[in-house]
Amino acid sequence: MQKRLIVNHQLLEIMVMRLCHQLIENHGDFNDSVILGLQPRGRFVAQRIQSTLATILGKQVPTGLLDTTFHRDDFRRRETPITANATKINFLVEGKKVILVDDVLFTGRSVRAALDAMIAYGRPASVELLVLIDRLYTRHLPIQPTYVGHQVNSLQSQRVLVEWKEQQAEEDAIWLITKTEE
Amino acid sequence: MQELSVRHLLGIKDITPQDIQLIFETADNFKDVLNRPIKKVPSLRDITIANVFFENSTRTRLSFELAEKRLSADVINFSSSSSSVKKGETLLDTVNNILAMKVDMIVMRHSSPGAPHFLSKHIPANIVNAGDGTHEHPTQALLDSFSIRERLGEVAGKKVVIIGDILHSRVALSNIFALQKQGAEVMVCGPITLLPKYIKELGVKVETNVRKALEWCDVANVLRIQLERQQMKYFPSLREYTLYYGIDKKMLDSLNKEIVLMHPGPINRGVELSSDAADSHHSIILSQVENGVAVRMAVLYLLAQKG
Repeated sequence: MQKRLIVNHQLLEIMVMRLCHQLIENHGDFNDSVILGLQPRGRFVAQRIQSTLATILGKQVPTGLLDTTFHRDDFRRRETPITANATKINFLVEGKKVILVDDVLFTGRSVRAALDAMIAYGRPASVELLVLIDRLYTRHLPIQPTYVGHQVNSLQSQRVLVEWKEQQAEEDAIWLITKTEE
Repeated sequence: MQELSVRHLLGIKDITPQDIQLIFETADNFKDVLNRPIKKVPSLRDITIANVFFENSTRTRLSFELAEKRLSADVINFSSSSSSVKKGETLLDTVNNILAMKVDMIVMRHSSPGAPHFLSKHIPANIVNAGDGTHEHPTQALLDSFSIRERLGEVAGKKVVIIGDILHSRVALSNIFALQKQGAEVMVCGPITLLPKYIKELGVKVETNVRKALEWCDVANVLRIQLERQQMKYFPSLREYTLYYGIDKKMLDSLNKEIVLMHPGPINRGVELSSDAADSHHSIILSQVENGVAVRMAVLYLLAQKG
């Protein structure tokens, strides 16, 4: 297995800060906006975005966690089952400007499932997508992010791994992993 | 990444504590779904489920049907009272005819113990046992344990007494297996005529005095006295049963401790439970009904993954 560092912790911090400023440009004081982190890995990005926005704006932007397991289109088609995660949304989505947040955008199927899952909580005014990494030319569906931290041109066989200190990683980092045949 | 160790849910005896844990964790998520404005997910939209009930049931069939519809499955209902079973067709022929219509899963209730086990050896579909005679009723036991876990935080270490007609109860047997697999202590309590002879071999305590049983337990699961069996002289009269085994609010209050009161329904008010006990703060009977849908959704969802 080859592991290549594509974003180090300093760059990741700058990326998150830049994404927050882009969000502020479009959402102002966030009075009508909410953040939904996609489970399982988008939650860390959403929490980081929320805490960075809190230091800039001096307020907590409503942030929830959305699990898409029961809305996926690959149920019974995967070799290994997916275990469901908790959905925690303590606010109304109806009429809000929703920012969906995930770590990596690959085929777009998770985001499709997330749109489906989110509708169960109400009809939002608008929906935007924020991702740390956009894997180029890998989409199965016509889904594009509104805010992108970093773009990567990768092979289907490769994997992008985002590590956070919150998950007991040594430091925040984003890696491109290539499986090599032994 | 977890999955069930079985392809069918035939009884609690066949599944592992890890299976029970996985079902509960999945049911937690489905309970969340049931409290949303839109109480439906598309997970089973390409699956057809047949509810095959060879014995009358209202709440179990409704609970399964709702669980199936909340998962977006297509549902067909079959009841033997208005079917060709009355014309002499065998169980296997009946089910094979249903499967020929491209049905993926069977939820079955049958008066003969072992009927779903027999079926599982001959047909390719997933089978959920919704009660087989006096043998097992696994989803009821799972929802009972799920409700205890919800109220008391965990099942391990809790003392649970099952009160009433243990002899004829599939709920009691499945509950004993489920509770023991999760590390609870189990007692059965009832008139000696309604306690099976083998019951001690299952590793449960036996008590015939309901007050002593209530003083011992954290949870009392009270079973229905089946009025139709009253004529069979298992006990002298309903009035006498109520006198010795009925539970009322006064008795609960005199215990000077909090206990959780459960009942699989339907309640004979004034027989095994008085109305003031059934409606007291001790009772989680309506939570059991609500949790039944979430637990059955979890079972169907996890079995569907096993194809």
